[in-house]
Amino acid sequence: MADTFQFELVAPEKLIFSDAVEFVVVPGMEGDFGVLPGHALLLSTVRPGVVEIHEDNQPKHRYFVSGGFAEVTGDRCTVLSTETIPIDDIDREATQKRLELAELEWRDASSDEDRKKYEADVTVAQAMLDALK
Amino acid sequence: MPSLKDLRIRINSVRQTQKITSAMKLVAASKLKRAQEAAESARPYAESMDRMVGSLAGVMSDRSEDAPRLLAGTGADATHLIVVATGDRGLCGGFNSSITRAVRARIDELQKDGKSVKLYCVGRKGIEQLRRDFGNLIIEQIQGVGRRGATYDEAAEIGRKIAGLFEDGQFDVCTIVYNRFRTVMSQVVTFQQLIPFAAPEQTEPADTSDAIYEFEPEETEILEELLPRNISVQVFRALLENGASEQGARMTAMDSATRNAGEMINKLTLNYNRMRQAQITTELIEIVSGAEAL
Repeated sequence: MADTFQFELVAPEKLIFSDAVEFVVVPGMEGDFGVLPGHALLLSTVRPGVVEIHEDNQPKHRYFVSGGFAEVTGDRCTVLSTETIPIDDIDREATQKRLELAELEWRDASSDEDRKKYEADVTVAQAMLDALK
Repeated sequence: MPSLKDLRIRINSVRQTQKITSAMKLVAASKLKRAQEAAESARPYAESMDRMVGSLAGVMSDRSEDAPRLLAGTGADATHLIVVATGDRGLCGGFNSSITRAVRARIDELQKDGKSVKLYCVGRKGIEQLRRDFGNLIIEQIQGVGRRGATYDEAAEIGRKIAGLFEDGQFDVCTIVYNRFRTVMSQVVTFQQLIPFAAPEQTEPADTSDAIYEFEPEETEILEELLPRNISVQVFRALLENGASEQGARMTAMDSATRNAGEMINKLTLNYNRMRQAQITTELIEIVSGAEAL
C-alpha cells in the first residue's frame, strides 16, 4: 500500500467524500494540479471541472465540482465546492437544458450583476457537459 | 357559576387544543431531527472555510493596506447593519421574541453611542415584531426562507445582497443575529460579526500562523473570491442553526402546552364530576323531603 493522505470533498450541505487516498487531481484556477502525500502547503481557487481520485494509478472516483477552493497541507487536502456531483450521476439532457436556459437568461440579463451570475451558470453547465465527454 | 353543559363544552374544547398541540409537538420533533442533521452535516464546510479565511487573514494582516475591504472593513463603524434571522411562524415559545428583544437592546445601545443602525430582516416574525418600532430602519426583508430547511442557494442569495449593500457603502459593520442550537431545551441568542471578518476565537492559533502557504492565484484574488462566499456560508450556518433551534423551541413549547392542557382537563373534569354529584344529591333530597311531606 502506497503512502496516503486524507482527502476531503465538502459541499455546503454535507461532507461528500472523506477518506485516505493516494493521489488526487484538482482542477485549479490556473491549471489542474495533482496532489500526492507531502505536497507543499497550497491554497488555490478551483474552477468548474472534475476532481479525480486515483487508486493504484487508476482514476477510481470522479466528481464534478462547480468551483470553490482547495487547501492542501502535507497530510490533508480539502476541496470546498458549491455543487458536487459524481460524474456518473450527471444527466446529460438536464445539463444541456440547463446550459440553454442559462445562456438565454444571460442574454436577457438586464443588470451587470445578473449577467455575471448567469455567466457563471453558463460556465458551470458547459464544464459539466465537457466532463461527460 | 357555570352550568354542567358549559363545563362539558369547555372540557371538549381544551381536549381539542391538546390534540393540536401534541400533533404539533410530534411534527416539530421529526422536523427537528432533520434540521439537526442538516446543521451537523453543514459543519465541515463552514469549518474548513473558517480555517482558510483565518490563514489568509493571518497572511494579509502584515500588509493591511491592500487587504480587501470585506476583510479589513471600511475603517469606520458609523453605520451598523444587523441581519435579524427569525422564523416565519409563531407558536414556538420565546424563540422569535428572544431574538427581537436582543436586537432591540442592541439597537438602543448602538443609537446611544451615536451610531446609525439598519436592519435586514430574514423571516416573517422578525419583520412583524420590529416593524412597529423600527420600521424606518428596515432596509431589506425576506420571508419564507428555509420553509423546507434552508438551502445553500437561499443563503447565498442573502449573502450576495449583504455584500452588494456593503459595496454600495450602505454600512460599515455587519452582524447577524440568530439562535444557536445548544440543546433541544436551550437556544442561545448569538451575535456574529460578518463584516469585517472576525476570526472565530476557538480556532487553534499556532497551527496556521507559522506555516507558509503557496497561493494560486494571488492572495488578494483568492480573498476576493473567498470572502463573499464566506459570508454566504456564515449566513447558511446561521439559518440552519436557527432552523434547528426553532423546531427545538417549538417542540418544547408544544410539549408544555400539551401538559398544561392535560392538567386543565383534569381540573375541569373534577369540577364537572363534583357538580354533577351535587346536583344528584340535591335532586334526591328534594324527592325524599317531598315524600316525607306527604
